[in-house]
Amino acid sequence: MSISSGPKIIRPITLQPCNRSSDNPILSDHRITTFIGSTRTLRLTQSISSSQRRSASTIVAVSDVAKRKSNKNLLLTKEEGLEVYEDMILGRAFEDMCAQMYYRGKMFGFVHLYNGQEAVSSGFIKLLKKEDSVVSTYRDHVHALSKGVPARAVMSELFGKTTGCCRGQGGSMHMFSAEHNVLGGFAFIGEGIPVATGAAFTSKYKREVLKEADCDHVTLAFFGDGTANNGQFFECLNMAALWKLPIVFVVENNLWAIGMSHLRATSDPAIWKKGPAFGMPGVHVDGMDVLKVREVAKDAIGRARRGEGPTLVECETYRFRGHSLADPDELRDPNEKARYAARDPITALKKYLIESKLASEAELKAIEKKVDEVVEDAVEFADESPVPSRSQLLENVFADPRGFGIGPDGRYRCEDPKFTQGTAQV
Amino acid sequence: MSMTKESDTNDGIGARQQTSFRSIVSHNLLRPVIGNSFGVKEGKMWGILRQKAGGFTGVSSQGLGLRLWPVTSALRNYSSATKEMTVRDALNSALDEEMAADPNVFVMGEEVGEYQGAYKITKGLLDKYGPERVVDTPITEAGFAGIGVGSAYHGLRPVIEFMTFNFSMQAIDHIINSAAKSNYMSAGQINVPIVFRGPNGPAAGVGAQHSQCYGAWYGSVPGLKVLVPYSSEDARGLLKAAIRDPDPVVFLENELLYGESFPVSAEALDSSFCLPIGKAKIEREGKDITITAFSKMVGYALKAAEILEKEGISAEVINLRSIRPLDRATINASVRKTNRLVTVEEGFPQHGVGAEICASVVEDSFGYLDAPVERIAGADVPTPYAANLERMAFPQIEDIVRAAKRACYRAVPMAASAS
Repeated sequence: MSISSGPKIIRPITLQPCNRSSDNPILSDHRITTFIGSTRTLRLTQSISSSQRRSASTIVAVSDVAKRKSNKNLLLTKEEGLEVYEDMILGRAFEDMCAQMYYRGKMFGFVHLYNGQEAVSSGFIKLLKKEDSVVSTYRDHVHALSKGVPARAVMSELFGKTTGCCRGQGGSMHMFSAEHNVLGGFAFIGEGIPVATGAAFTSKYKREVLKEADCDHVTLAFFGDGTANNGQFFECLNMAALWKLPIVFVVENNLWAIGMSHLRATSDPAIWKKGPAFGMPGVHVDGMDVLKVREVAKDAIGRARRGEGPTLVECETYRFRGHSLADPDELRDPNEKARYAARDPITALKKYLIESKLASEAELKAIEKKVDEVVEDAVEFADESPVPSRSQLLENVFADPRGFGIGPDGRYRCEDPKFTQGTAQV
Repeated sequence: MSMTKESDTNDGIGARQQTSFRSIVSHNLLRPVIGNSFGVKEGKMWGILRQKAGGFTGVSSQGLGLRLWPVTSALRNYSSATKEMTVRDALNSALDEEMAADPNVFVMGEEVGEYQGAYKITKGLLDKYGPERVVDTPITEAGFAGIGVGSAYHGLRPVIEFMTFNFSMQAIDHIINSAAKSNYMSAGQINVPIVFRGPNGPAAGVGAQHSQCYGAWYGSVPGLKVLVPYSSEDARGLLKAAIRDPDPVVFLENELLYGESFPVSAEALDSSFCLPIGKAKIEREGKDITITAFSKMVGYALKAAEILEKEGISAEVINLRSIRPLDRATINASVRKTNRLVTVEEGFPQHGVGAEICASVVEDSFGYLDAPVERIAGADVPTPYAANLERMAFPQIEDIVRAAKRACYRAVPMAASAS
């Protein structure tokens, strides 16, 4: 659904140097990104210079694209709005419940919560098909939920029960779902990016080599600001652009990598600029506003689906809680936290839906109630589920049933005359 | 399809020491082998052809080659016994056949395409299968290993080539964390049918950063299968098995073995031939001492066995073929027969493959050991460059002979004589 009044032009990428002043890296007026409409608008509202980044002026949490649309050309329909709202509420309620369960001892190990960043997950993943893939980091509960993994399965996995999505063998940081194409859940930062690039490579391979002509599956790779300094990130930007892979690199820039501020760790804090350096568009978007994120996501995913190559999207967002539940979170300025709390994406969407008369308070309350029930049910289910049996310890190390090239009938698979697939012509 | 049994005429020569003979033994697939009734091939008179407990009875009558005389292709229309094939050709033909049989198989790595492979293993594949299936990459091991893993998650079967396994250290995160562990972490939902292959271990004079053996490192990771071929038949059979295997396989080749020729039975040349993963091969039977080795050291061990034979010690040489899973059954059965063990490897000694074999034998067959286990490994130093120092840093045939004699309680000097 098009929101702009003019035609949407996606220009081919030109490799121009970014001509920007060094003291205003966040301000953009570069011509390289080819997303018109909302993106340019929203960037101009964020006139923050890098030196003032920490004490940025408050940005009112109203989508200014919506304000522009007084001609009733709304950004989303009621169904879409409610779907996105429900997804964000589910993410928030789920994560809050995780914190409660952790402090009660039901959950253990490393748990990284996503509070505050729901707009990115809902904004992007709700636009995907079931066959599209999502690759994430250790902060992956909400990505899995948005992609469609049932809350029960995720909660059981966190409790370490055998009914979890990975039968309790993965844990908080390793959410895999073959059915919903959630390819993990990786603990090493940057590790998921090449895997996502590989999934996108498969899409292209299926189209070109295996001749599945309509294979237009897109992959989304989510990662953080700290990862944008990692070597694997750059390697994959290069190869994705080189081979025009259908992937979107989504940077959830929440300004902090545990206790390391993004500005202390990065020579040039504008991550979106790294895209054009490799020949793909780099976009910066306000990650606290789900509507803006959704617009950018539509463009980026559309580009990938049409075979035009990758995009780098930097979402400026914030995590309301610490890095993990074990993080005392002492280094962050409380004023900064308060500022971003005022930009809570859920509150913003709620306000938008009510003001544009897409939904009533009652409907939204009903959704919240429903989500609460879903989450409580998930906890109950997880509580009552059994722990893995002892025999499960040694299962699934290999896809091979006995790990030695031995097939289900007990013989070596290579002895089976049908072991060759197809005919070999040498 | 029966498995290959022990082959007969592996007179594996340590390539560095026998370079002068390479010009004679330059067989390739298309050159017919002219043999006499004993199966002795032209140009091979310098090697002693050892048969399996039977003397010169001719190569093929013992092996399965004649019994399964196949419907041949035009290449194999000569009447004599077995063909010779270099390890390089064996790997190339295995890749070729697997890529032809399954369109999901593709090769990715540095210089695999237009350069025809850094060691020419992938020669000709680009022309046959095109650049989408033989993918030249930038120098980004972490990146393309991860891309391979990601594509394997979705059912493709990548063969990722590392120019040497030393460079795999840049990608080891993906080999271990996203390939080996994924089937377990996802509880069987996502398996990774990927092969990581490339030359492993020392070559000749390439220095410390290009000479490490990674068998022990990868062999300790659950979720990986680690294969170490020696002969051409091993190379063909194990690579085909690896490509068809639904799990991540680390395939450790050896650069110096690439140019060596080995006889291959007709069965091995068949396109559906493959060897079982996790089974070692007894290259040579004996009754006094067991010598385990893998990759190039199998050749050295066989030569050492010949020398020991002259001194009255009958050595059984086991070609491990698979470091993970390790064929403990075969090793232990052999030690229970001979009561003495020497393990040979080129890697660093501490926590090496030999250490694991020794522990396994001590755990399972302690009562059968008549002598302490002798472990021969590379020297505990980064590999030096100077030729004489490098020779001292890796096991030589004399070291194996000495260790075997020590295990048999013959008096021998501990250290090598000054060279």
